[in-house]
This record gives sequence, structure tokens and C-alpha cells, in this order.
Amino acid sequence: MSLRTYAVAYLIFLYLPIFLLPLFAFNDSTIIAFPLDGFTFRWFGELWTTPALHDAVQNSVFIALVTAVFSTILGICAARAGAKYDFPLKRSILGLIMVPLVLPEIIVGVSLLVVVVQLFDWSLSTWTVIAAHVLICTPFSIAILNGAFQNIDTSLEEAALDLGETPVSTFRLVTLPLVMPGIISSLLISFTISLDEFIIAFFLTGAEPTMPVYIWGLLRFPQQLPAVMALGTILVVLSIVLLVIAEYFRRKGLARAGLKDKGGFL
Amino acid sequence: MAGAVFSKNARSGLLMVSPPFIYAVALLAVPLGAIVLFSFWTQDYLTLITEPTLANYREAWDNPLYGELLQRSLWIAAAATAVTVVLAFPIAYFVSFHVRPERKSLWLFLITIPFWTSYLIRVFLWKVILGFNGVLNTSLQGLGLIEEPLTFILYNANAVVITLAHAFAPFAILPIFVALERIDRSLLEAGRDLGETTLMTFWRVTLPLAMPGVVAAVLIVFIPTIGDYVTPRLVGGPEGSMIANMIQVQFLRLNNAPMGAALAVIAMASVSALALLFVWLNRRFLRVKQ
Repeated sequence: MSLRTYAVAYLIFLYLPIFLLPLFAFNDSTIIAFPLDGFTFRWFGELWTTPALHDAVQNSVFIALVTAVFSTILGICAARAGAKYDFPLKRSILGLIMVPLVLPEIIVGVSLLVVVVQLFDWSLSTWTVIAAHVLICTPFSIAILNGAFQNIDTSLEEAALDLGETPVSTFRLVTLPLVMPGIISSLLISFTISLDEFIIAFFLTGAEPTMPVYIWGLLRFPQQLPAVMALGTILVVLSIVLLVIAEYFRRKGLARAGLKDKGGFL
Repeated sequence: MAGAVFSKNARSGLLMVSPPFIYAVALLAVPLGAIVLFSFWTQDYLTLITEPTLANYREAWDNPLYGELLQRSLWIAAAATAVTVVLAFPIAYFVSFHVRPERKSLWLFLITIPFWTSYLIRVFLWKVILGFNGVLNTSLQGLGLIEEPLTFILYNANAVVITLAHAFAPFAILPIFVALERIDRSLLEAGRDLGETTLMTFWRVTLPLAMPGVVAAVLIVFIPTIGDYVTPRLVGGPEGSMIANMIQVQFLRLNNAPMGAALAVIAMASVSALALLFVWLNRRFLRVKQ
């Protein structure tokens, strides 16, 4: 077996669930199994008439938007500090910020739950989910933004300063445009991660469920499954669109920095 | 620079890094400390008893249920890691060595897309694929390859391993790919010029140089898998449930947060210990080889 055949087989393995999703979403049967029964749009129609779902989607989109903004801002600080400055304990500090990348998500979820509910006796809300999502999205933002910040030619910034710009206006006029594609890519990726995150949200969500928490509830009811498949199909299409845009901007950013693409977000 | 404790550059850097650093301390380090503290407390129905005690750890040690669950979780996580990394290596190798440079990022992008899309529904679909009347069984029966549906692939540890190998694929592929990309291609030519076969060159040059990537892949897959409770819950059945399921039950259903905290601490400690052991063995092994 040649390596290429294996690679193709592996891609099929990776894409198998995603290929099956639309098959069941358009299948005119309440049972999620083969053989398929005929074509229908009714599961999509059902989504349209479920107000609880709309609330969950709204809630999740809000969480994802706020998360994307905050984690990108924190990511900019860390990536900038890492690229431009030398300071004591640099590796340990940046290492700690990156820890959520490898930490089991359940640990993040339960540890924040303990602090919020048991120690402070606050109530869970949309904001507790946002706080946790910012924590886990920041390392991804940093990974993306590192590429953008590390390759800024410092002589450009020095030139601006020599020509009388303040540090703030230099950042706005010179640095920001150079790293803008990275920022957009980071916003899109953190938005996608937050929108899809379940394990932490399940622990920290308050009275208003996020979309994945809502989907988790539906998975227990067999009659709801076709609608879940329809919802999943929409989400897959949406996230692929977002990722393609993110990838476009990431590459544009690399091109702007005059770099060869090494590929991959991580 | 003179007079100041840190140089101007260092101060600017610290100032710049402080927002994400303070955030990580407040929302990561402090809560982790809290959970360790919590694991030494107990809870009597709804009142929290803050008298430090080892009761939770004693309970975890005495009750064979927890030990069994932890052992099984580590075993499943290790198996899933092994399967993921072994399946991923040839792909990373293929993309690094056999794909034209301008197409590499397209391949990596294709590999990462499924990872970003709807995690819950992806796991659920594995249940659909592996089930008794699932996609795999009906297809194999349709092709006449099997008579009876295969039953060893759902609601047990195998199903969890397969699903995790799918979910964590890019985490394994990317670090190995990065390590392979760093290999100086002239070393491989040198190996072959000096009379090694392609296979021996791979074994003696490529593989050792790719080891840092493999180690990173193992760690980045092994550590998070222990914390997944969705996969075991959806496809694992009773034989495939893991420690994270128990932590979740302790926190959200039994309302025994201190016990859950103790289990979380034990799980983290075991995973870290195994990860460190793995890194240490690897260093030793590689040093002997050089």
C-alpha cells in the first residue's frame, strides 16, 4: 500500500462523520441509520420553529463574539511581548499562559466552578462561560498571532518613531496594519472554538444554555436527532466558511510579513 | 538602564505581558490551587466542612470503584494516544516528504477542518457509524463481508479509542509534521550515500530526528484525553466510562464537590506522572542511542 493511498484513506476516516451528517439531515426518517428513506427539508423547518434553540444560538453567538474579542486582545499582548521584549521569567510566564492548550478541559471547568460557586457563592451566568472561554482561546490566539508579530521588521517601527510619531500612533499606523490579517484570523478561530465548546460550558453555564449544551440535551431524545443532524449540517458549513476565511487572512498575513507558509494553526 | 531593577525593555515587556499573565493567574493558577485545597475539605449534604482532612483521598483509595476507573481511564487514554500517534505519523511523513511544498498548507488545512467542527455531533456520529445497525455494520453486511453485525466496536473501550483517535488526529499530526519539516534533507542523502537502505535511513536518521515531535504529540494527546467525558458517555457504554465521567457526576449530580476535586487532583497527578515518566524514558533512550 503506497503512502498516498494511506493518506487518502486517512482523510476519509477524518471526514466520515462530516459526510454522513447531511445524509441524515435530509433523510426523511426519524431513525438515524441506513438505508436512507427519501429527501426532505422538514428537519431544517423544525429548527426554524424551535424558540429554545434560537435562544441558545443567540446566547452562544454572544459568548463567542465577546470571547473572540477578549482572547484576541490578550493574545496580542502576549504575542507582542514575546516577540519584541526580553524580560525575566519570559519562558515561564508565556508557558503558563499557554497551559490551557494541554490542560484537560474538565479540569478548567471544575476548577472555575469551585471558585465561582463554592468559594465566592456567585451565580453561574453567560459571563462565567465567557471567562473560561477566553482562558482556553487565548493560547490559540497567541499561536496564530505569534506568526504575525515575530516577523515584523522592527526598522519600520523605528522609522516611524524617528519621523516623530508617538509609540501609540506608531502602533496604530505601522504595526496594526501589518498584523491585521493575523488579528482577523485569531478572531475567527476563537469565535469558532467558543461556539463549539461543550465540556467547560456544561459546567459553567447558568440558566441560559449555550448551543452545544442545548444540543447535548437533545441527544437523549431519539425523535429530536434528525433536527440535531440538520443543525449540525448548518454548523459544519458555517465553521468551514469561517475557517476558510481565517486561513485566507492567516496566509495573507504571512505574505505581508514576507514569509513562506509553514502551514497549520498550531 | 542603570539604577533600575529591570531594563526599560524588560519593564515594557512585563507591562505588555501582564494582562494575559494576570488573567492566567486569576483564572487558571488560583482555581487550580482552589481545587487542590478543596480536595482536602468535605461536604455534608450542602454545608462545606473546611476542616482539612484526607478523607476524600482515603475514600478514593479504599473504594475499588475509583481505582478501577482511574486505571481504566489511563489505559484507554494510553491506547488512544498510541493509536492516534501511530496512525498520524505516516500522514505527517507523507505531507512533509511527499507533498509538493506549495500544496502542504492545503493538506494541513484539510486535516484540521474536521477538528474544528461541531465536536458533540461528531462524537455522536461515531455512535451512528459503529452501532449494531450502524453505518459500518450495514455496509459490511451489504458487501457480504460479514454475516452478523460486529458488536465489539460499540459501547466499550474500543469505541472510545476509535473516536478519540479521530478527535485528536490534528494534535498528533501537526507536531510530528513540524519536527519532520526541520530535518535537514541532506542528512538523508548522506545516509543513503553512505550505503544505508531507504528503510535503514528512516530508522536511523529520520525517526530519531522526528522523536521530539512524536513526544510532543504523545503528550498533547494523552493529557487532554483523560478529561473527556463526552466520548466515553456517548460511545463507551458501562465498560468504557472514564474518570472524567465520575468527576462530572460528583460535581453535578452527587453534589459532592470535594470528592470530585480529589478525583480531579488524582487524575491530574497520575497523568502528569506518566507524562514525565514518558519524557524521561525518551531522553534516556535517545541519549543511549547517540
